[in-house]
Amino acid sequence: MASQEILREEPSRGSFINDPKVRGIVFQAVVVIVLVALVWWIVQNTIDNLTRLRIASGFGFLRGRAGFDISDSAIAYSSDSTYGRAILVGFVNTLIVAFAGIVTATIIGFILGVGRLSHNWLIRKICMVYVEVFRNIPPLLVIFFWYSGVLSVLPPPRESINLPFSSFLNQRGFYFPRAVWGEGSWLILVALLLGIAMAWFVARKARQRQMATGQQFPVFWTSAALIIGLPLLAYALSGFPLSFDYPKQSTFNLTGGFQVKPEFLSLYLALSFYTAAFIAEIVRAGIMGVSKGQTEAAGALGLRPGSILRLVVIPQAMRIVIPPLTSQYLNLTKNSSLAIAIGYPDLTATTGTVLNQTGQAIECVLIMMVVYLALSLLTSAVMNVINARMALVER
Amino acid sequence: MKHIAIGILGAATLGLVASAASAATLDDVKAKGFVQCGVSTGLAGFSAPDDKGDWQGLDADFCRAVAAAVFGDGTKVKFTPLSAKERFTALQSGEIDVLSRNTTWTINRDTALGLNFVGVTYYDGQGFMINAKKLPGVNSALQLSGAAVCVQSGTTTELNLADYFKTNKMEYSPVVFEQLSEVDAAYDAGRCDVYTTDQSGLYGIRLTLGSPADHVVLPEIISKEPLGPAVRQGDDQWYHIVKWTYFALLQAEELGITKANVEEMKASDNPEIKRVLGQEADTKIGTDLGVSNDWVVNIVKTVGNYGEMFERTVGSGSPLKIARGINALWTKGGLQYSPPIR
Repeated sequence: MASQEILREEPSRGSFINDPKVRGIVFQAVVVIVLVALVWWIVQNTIDNLTRLRIASGFGFLRGRAGFDISDSAIAYSSDSTYGRAILVGFVNTLIVAFAGIVTATIIGFILGVGRLSHNWLIRKICMVYVEVFRNIPPLLVIFFWYSGVLSVLPPPRESINLPFSSFLNQRGFYFPRAVWGEGSWLILVALLLGIAMAWFVARKARQRQMATGQQFPVFWTSAALIIGLPLLAYALSGFPLSFDYPKQSTFNLTGGFQVKPEFLSLYLALSFYTAAFIAEIVRAGIMGVSKGQTEAAGALGLRPGSILRLVVIPQAMRIVIPPLTSQYLNLTKNSSLAIAIGYPDLTATTGTVLNQTGQAIECVLIMMVVYLALSLLTSAVMNVINARMALVER
Repeated sequence: MKHIAIGILGAATLGLVASAASAATLDDVKAKGFVQCGVSTGLAGFSAPDDKGDWQGLDADFCRAVAAAVFGDGTKVKFTPLSAKERFTALQSGEIDVLSRNTTWTINRDTALGLNFVGVTYYDGQGFMINAKKLPGVNSALQLSGAAVCVQSGTTTELNLADYFKTNKMEYSPVVFEQLSEVDAAYDAGRCDVYTTDQSGLYGIRLTLGSPADHVVLPEIISKEPLGPAVRQGDDQWYHIVKWTYFALLQAEELGITKANVEEMKASDNPEIKRVLGQEADTKIGTDLGVSNDWVVNIVKTVGNYGEMFERTVGSGSPLKIARGINALWTKGGLQYSPPIR
């Protein structure tokens, strides 16, 4: 017994100061105290300074009338809306451009990534040049390239370029007919939702059957028929309730129809094309990370090249791809704040305007920081869920 | 972007620098040896660097006048170019001592923002400019329904624009940029039909466009834009120095004291001129203000009187050729009026 006790005390021999456990606790306590003191000092100092300079503070200003208009708004907004609403408009715009950008960048990125591994020399080299060019240009330049280099050299509204389906392209943006939903058009939406639900059900059943019997079922074509066919049927049954509002020439601009402004277009295209270059490299790395033996083994089992890619290589590659993909999505979302350079009213731009109209610098900067942080954490959370589902399930 | 960085920096400065602005601004200015003056990022006639990189214009000259009052030397001034968004934070945080940047005096800025406007160095109003070649039939702002309008964000201009179109039941689509240069470029490229800002600004901007003759400024003035310098609240002495620098410029014009004759005027028999120029025996006007007794002499020697300053920067002596109009002295039917210096 006695010898055991001596053994147990051996690590803490020497003085009390040299005890690693005690030291650890002391150091952590010191760090926490310093940190709390620092934060307290900053907050206190800020409050003191604001009072001394007689600057109004607090978040009450968000309920005030904004008084300025916003060029692009997905939700109802006028100059009579509140400052809070204006910031919300900016937030929604950031969400729209980030979401659209993420989807497009992913599609382009996957095509390029696979293209870089193509057996065709030309495709491989084109993809390589694309990746090297876009990866090495700052995103702000890409945005300016689209805004000043491509979209602002388009003709003025009176000389718009005519595109099929009554669409027009000019330096004020891209105009296309807007669908006007008539009476009974809710039926189409219901049919669409029903089609999606049924397609999902069919896919599930087909998988179960294949597991049990090995028989395959043409899931893709059945789903396509359900998702497209059902709404079309509903459209015909409800008496063709859809009409179109076409863009028309007026004194200054084209009016009517749906307008996609050049500010949105250039930001969206620039972010998509820029981030796609990075995604391509991630995808290439993912595919190359799957050992050659896997492909050869699948081939030996008699699978066709397409099936090998779809069933063996990509599922394994995804495990490598998803974590770095998440950080690219976060980058894209954060890069969308470059919108301010070309006047797209995203969160940074509208909050900036609110900041200047109200002078509430600290509050507005705080709002921006919290919103971007929340958005990034949310994106991470979603990607973590996907990652967990893709991860190797150890049995 | 840079502007956000400055916003955060400004916020951080408010938080961290406890003592920068709390001491008397005059002492701080004397200690560092120059006046730090906030100007625009480049607006012809008001504050824009010339081909040698020196800041020129009415607002820039006002900063020199303040420096002349404090140091007797108009060159002891440093300029900080600021965007519309940065300007108030820069003043609040003590980064600059005077904001002389074509800034409209409003009650909100005077109260909630913790600023003090010292006066109106230029009475302006908001106007519209269009390309007459592209829009031949338009000769009134009331014909602008449906137009795309270029405007700088975070300005009173942006608010007046919304109000004006709403009152007249007209539609418009705003095209908004943060930097004046970006607005200029968008208008020149045809991204918008109309450019709106203070009318004086429109004349200045027109000169920088590709073909100035094609553009016309529409007759309507839709708002009051009294532009003037501002200082921080809570320092009455500094506020008085800047305010009376402005009044001294007006008083000098009213009394006929010019850059050329200020030395002769010192010997004048007129008691009022003698008093203003600090030639009265045992005068304490200057020292009570916190500057030397020959402060007005120094101001006028550096930039001339208000009239000279106006003609040189925006009036007949400049490419802008703006008439005095309501910016004339009260004795000539204008609004510029100085309380007596006595």
